[in-house]
Amino acid sequence: MRRRTFVKGVAVTSLLTLTATDAEARTRSKRINNRNILRGNEFFLDIDYTPVNITGKNAVATAINGQIPAPTLVWKEGETVTLHVTNHLKKTSSIHWHGIILPAGMDGVPGLSFDGIAPGETFTYTFKVRQHGTYWYHSHSGFQEQTGMYGAIIIQPKRKEPFAYDKDYVVLLSDWSDEKPETIYKKLKKMSHYYNFSRRTVGTFLDEVKEKGLANAFSDRKMWNQMRMNDRDLSDVTGYTYTFLMNGKNPATQFKALFNRGEKIRLRFVNASAMTFFDVRIPGLKMTVVAADGNHVKPLSIEEFRIGVAETYDVIVEPADHKAYAIFAQSIDRSGYAMGSFTPKTSMLAKAPAMDPKPVLTHTDMGMDMGQMDHGGGMKCGSGMMMSSKKDLEKDKYAKMESQRYPITQLPMKRGLQTTMKAVAPKYRLDDPGVGLRNNGRKVLTYADLKNRYSTRKAKKPDREIILHLTGNMERYMWSINGIKYADSKPLVFYYGERIRITFINDTMMNHPMHLHGMWSDLETGDDNHLVRKHTVIVQPGAKISYRVTVDARGAWAYHCHMLYHMAGMFRKVVVA
Amino acid sequence: MKKIVSGLMVMFALGQTAQASMEDDPLVTMFLMDRFEVLDNDENTRVWEGSFWIGYDINKLYLYSEGEATSDGLESSQNELVYSRAMAPFWDVQMGLAYDKSDDASKTWVEIAISGLAPYYFETRAALLVNGEGNVGLRLDAEYEALLTQKLILTPSLEADLYTKDDPDMHIGSGISNLEAGLRLRYEFIRELAPLYRYYMGKNIWKYT
Repeated sequence: MRRRTFVKGVAVTSLLTLTATDAEARTRSKRINNRNILRGNEFFLDIDYTPVNITGKNAVATAINGQIPAPTLVWKEGETVTLHVTNHLKKTSSIHWHGIILPAGMDGVPGLSFDGIAPGETFTYTFKVRQHGTYWYHSHSGFQEQTGMYGAIIIQPKRKEPFAYDKDYVVLLSDWSDEKPETIYKKLKKMSHYYNFSRRTVGTFLDEVKEKGLANAFSDRKMWNQMRMNDRDLSDVTGYTYTFLMNGKNPATQFKALFNRGEKIRLRFVNASAMTFFDVRIPGLKMTVVAADGNHVKPLSIEEFRIGVAETYDVIVEPADHKAYAIFAQSIDRSGYAMGSFTPKTSMLAKAPAMDPKPVLTHTDMGMDMGQMDHGGGMKCGSGMMMSSKKDLEKDKYAKMESQRYPITQLPMKRGLQTTMKAVAPKYRLDDPGVGLRNNGRKVLTYADLKNRYSTRKAKKPDREIILHLTGNMERYMWSINGIKYADSKPLVFYYGERIRITFINDTMMNHPMHLHGMWSDLETGDDNHLVRKHTVIVQPGAKISYRVTVDARGAWAYHCHMLYHMAGMFRKVVVA
Repeated sequence: MKKIVSGLMVMFALGQTAQASMEDDPLVTMFLMDRFEVLDNDENTRVWEGSFWIGYDINKLYLYSEGEATSDGLESSQNELVYSRAMAPFWDVQMGLAYDKSDDASKTWVEIAISGLAPYYFETRAALLVNGEGNVGLRLDAEYEALLTQKLILTPSLEADLYTKDDPDMHIGSGISNLEAGLRLRYEFIRELAPLYRYYMGKNIWKYT
């Protein structure tokens, strides 16, 4: 089963042309003309059922302009863009411009910003572009994003950027399943480990007994067993059903990015997955990170980065050799990978490197690392060791963040059947690359490394703080915030003009990429002078993280976890009054 | 009494209904056939054990059934229909009716049960039953899934039935009436279909009390 992902993609990945049965569809596909990149300030986007064959089996996608991914839209900072979106589906649809600062009515969230786009209707979005960088767009209706509705946005800056490059490519990562997303969701409700084939076995336990004796092995298991938690629970939905794609291509058909030796190439990474975190590297090449979520950061040379669902990173690479490099994006649970070739010519393809070992969650990831707790056990991904060696340094670094006190607005909190876990000692872990990437011998990007290119020294200090716990019942597959699911929640009220500090505490064992619509999230990384500006912030399992939001956009906004199957419950409406 | 039998475990046999919108709490149905065997004997005995549920995150309706039937119409079975409500992160409280059949006799019980996942991953159910004759029963089930590999799964189980009164028609005796320990080994070709091999030892104690 583990190898299935690799062979699954052998058949040609191609979007079949629309079945030319009705004239309307023909005209439409002519107009679409399979253009991968659309430039200008007026765009026509058509959402329709599109036959695809991504895994060797025929399936039907919901695609924009008949393409997966949807065409890359190229805008110019300062211009007003107009986008006519026509819905040819039988259900309501929508497009949300992820990370774009715009009026609430243009944000594209049915029920909050507008009513959605009814079948057969056209909705025209129009707004002024006030930013630049790499972003993306996707459906905000049902599970349509999973079935192909996503594409990249490139916004060209008004002013020259503070770095140079010869050309650029979008590298958009996604996860495709031939199963209906509704089916996936229901399977998780029936059996939350349905897609997990990396669970602990009797053999795993016996190996641990051999290694450290029965008593120790048993006591190491004790907490997990008592809490009924699985330390191999990295992804809810895995390569068992997913084929991981890079710009719509599977590892067999391979996306190819061409370079000439000596060129500086900007790669614009977008994680447009429904449920998959990727660990990205280009073996043999260092990457210089220049932007995160569209915003410039101080250039930083790294070898690997983890990209959460909905995040974007821009990196610059300078290939020195005349050879094909692999752009390798392994899923966080190592159940598969997306891959492309970065190559001087299309006939030279790179070989996929071996995947890293499957990560195992530790006490740290449970928010229970209270000192020495997980050291004796010699956990495989020994974050404990890393933490202790840097302990004093770290204490100083995050002490300031810990001690910052702002008036806290209390929010309702329930610890009922919605929650199976509580992080008893959640910590700021910004310099923790995360489970599976710790001490792997490579320079891995962490949030602590990200520094805004521009000073934020003059930014207003927060007026108040709210604390949000990310909660879930893994066994029943229910997700919530503060133990209250969206359907039972009251909106969060932010006040126009205020600066609010939001602290997340993750009471689950999953990473949650939290996305606030309409306003920037200025992430605290320990350096208040260079708060990094993001639209999507990963909250690591058992960890805590804080960011600041200047409330400068009136209206109703969505605030949610971007994991598609977490989102329905782990969601809040934000009202800016 | 020792038996070794093989059977099938079938899951999710019911079709999925496609839903248009993303509801966080869709109506879900699950059908789990733990065991289905047709014995190669003169009576063509059929043995089954399974459950079905339909419902939402919190509220569900469960049907449990286990028993055996022969081609000449003899049947002994235990059937329960209960409303199940999630009360704690891992626990459901269930209320409803149980209907037992033993050849020509039958009994109906009122039932209350708790069902869930105990620490250390023991799948547990305890049901308290009362019938019209004032007999009070306690039926306990526990099982554990040990993964030998990701697909080969060994499930030891323990079942005990206790009653306050004798009921010879129903093969029930006061005290511990029935005790059964079992081992099931299944191979999950896919989650939905797993041939299994079953070994169990049981003691029907009622006659000795």
